[in-house]
Amino acid sequence: MGAKLTLEDVRAILALLDASTFDELHIETDDLKLSLSRNGAPAASAALVPAPVPAASPAPRPAAPAPAAPADTSDLVDIPAPMLGLFYRAPKPGAEPYVTVGATIAPDTVIGIIEVMKLMNSVPAGLAGEVVAIVAQDATLVEYGQPILRVRPH
Amino acid sequence: MAIRRLFIANRGEIAVRIIQTCRMLGIETVLGVSEADRDGLGAALATRVVRIGPAPATQSYLRIGTMVEAALRTGADAIHPGYGFLSENPAFARACEENGIVFVGPTAAQIAAVGDKLAARRHAEAAGVPVVPGGAVASPGEAEALARRVGFPLLVKAVAGGGGRGMKRVADMASLGAMLDRAMAEAGAAFGDARVYLERFVASGRHVEAQIMGDGARVIHLGERDCSVQRRYQKVIEEAPAPNLSDALRHALLEAALRFARHIGYRGLGTVEFLVDSARDAFYFLEMNARIQVEHPVTEAITGLDLVAAQIAIAEGRGLPVDQRDVAFRGHAIECRVNAESIDRDFQPSPGVARTVWFPSGLDIRVDTHMQSGSRVPPFYDSMIAKIITRGETREAAIARMRHAIDAARIEGIDTNLALHARVLAHPDFQRGGVDTGFLAALLEPGEATRDGAREG
Repeated sequence: MGAKLTLEDVRAILALLDASTFDELHIETDDLKLSLSRNGAPAASAALVPAPVPAASPAPRPAAPAPAAPADTSDLVDIPAPMLGLFYRAPKPGAEPYVTVGATIAPDTVIGIIEVMKLMNSVPAGLAGEVVAIVAQDATLVEYGQPILRVRPH
Repeated sequence: MAIRRLFIANRGEIAVRIIQTCRMLGIETVLGVSEADRDGLGAALATRVVRIGPAPATQSYLRIGTMVEAALRTGADAIHPGYGFLSENPAFARACEENGIVFVGPTAAQIAAVGDKLAARRHAEAAGVPVVPGGAVASPGEAEALARRVGFPLLVKAVAGGGGRGMKRVADMASLGAMLDRAMAEAGAAFGDARVYLERFVASGRHVEAQIMGDGARVIHLGERDCSVQRRYQKVIEEAPAPNLSDALRHALLEAALRFARHIGYRGLGTVEFLVDSARDAFYFLEMNARIQVEHPVTEAITGLDLVAAQIAIAEGRGLPVDQRDVAFRGHAIECRVNAESIDRDFQPSPGVARTVWFPSGLDIRVDTHMQSGSRVPPFYDSMIAKIITRGETREAAIARMRHAIDAARIEGIDTNLALHARVLAHPDFQRGGVDTGFLAALLEPGEATRDGAREG
């Protein structure tokens, strides 16, 4: 999830389909929709369709940072919110944020807190890497699964 | 206070149902969806959608804090809990009250009062409403003394149970002690509350319930429903009015429901359930449900009232939308619950993608559903996928219309219980009207009849 699909990935998926007894394969994640089929079924060639922005999540989202050259973003990963709640970048108002762009994080690095009914839940990164962007805005509602940080994994 | 934005803490057909009434009333809706319901019909119809958590209900639809937080942060003034999930959780109602959110339903105290079966029984007795002979027992000695007065067979029921859960049938005094121990141990493990009570086992009973609504000051009734066609305590077909009920019994039952609701100063829409002992022409209080019921459309069909709109009016503090004298009943209505289940494989749930979903529509045919062609039935929740409701000037006309609707409906890709409905609707006993709660079990498996004789839920 979140990682961009590479040509190698598509080849691997095609090989999987070829080796299987199925005629069609559909993969859908947050940001891509991939439909493969063979034997003259509707989508004769692999069609890579970017999934539409789901109408189902009109939460206030900060504009995503302007993507750099495609080659640079292909290895980036979004860290999703593990729960719905109010996202805070810092332990308290005015304090230093847990992480900033350029920081190096480990799986257990706390990247923020999510408040649910006065309960503060710290959010661990879950992976090691370098912070490329802070996607979620401070002190706003994040939905379950909504990207918080964009990271270049190590 | 006028509700401008309503948060819906539920899913499936009832979420869609609530959205429809809100659209009509000009109220915005926010639907909290789990990961499994993001592409559902409710999500497409709500004004706004927020993702509340992963698919399992314990991590999404059953999370009080998440629901209240989501409602607060999306600017909702009120929460509608639907049925099931958090709808009868007093802690949820209290969390809403404490956070300045209107809970569309009764007060937390009222939910607690009717949710505890023993407390509800005491309220019924205090209100002069007949209860099944029985009572609370704390020791084997007490149980023995009470059992002697109540007679056998009897039921041991968990105070915190309901809907058939936490219930044991005891045939004679010899097995009472062991059954009591087991029931208390199981109740403690399942509900965290080991209290139990005894009740006489009524072998042949009908499930008849009264629809009431109150605004805290006044209470009125909207007639009764018969929900005797059940399988393992789950209602399958409901109808209104209850067929072949004497006017005297109907009147007494509705009056008893009103007495019960008045006794607790009930505010909101509620259902008082009774077990009707057809042989003795008597009825007993079973329990009260402090929420909208799955089968509310049959009452809407014969009264012409929108019960979700009524709930909202009461929650806004505008009082009852109608007086008792304005409530008129016209015709007869039936509801069939369509479930995604394989009736040939012991009613195993049948999740998956429904390639084709088509229901007939027409005069006096209503379908409440969240399904469309291509809809996915997730394995995480209840298997009910639609409710078909038909009305007719007579019961015969309503049944005939339902048989047509069941026959015409097309659901492909998953198994459903449509064929079971067709079978029940064609059965002479059902057509005669007034079957008891053992009817469906006997139809499915003649040997099961006695065991499933008394039900509730």
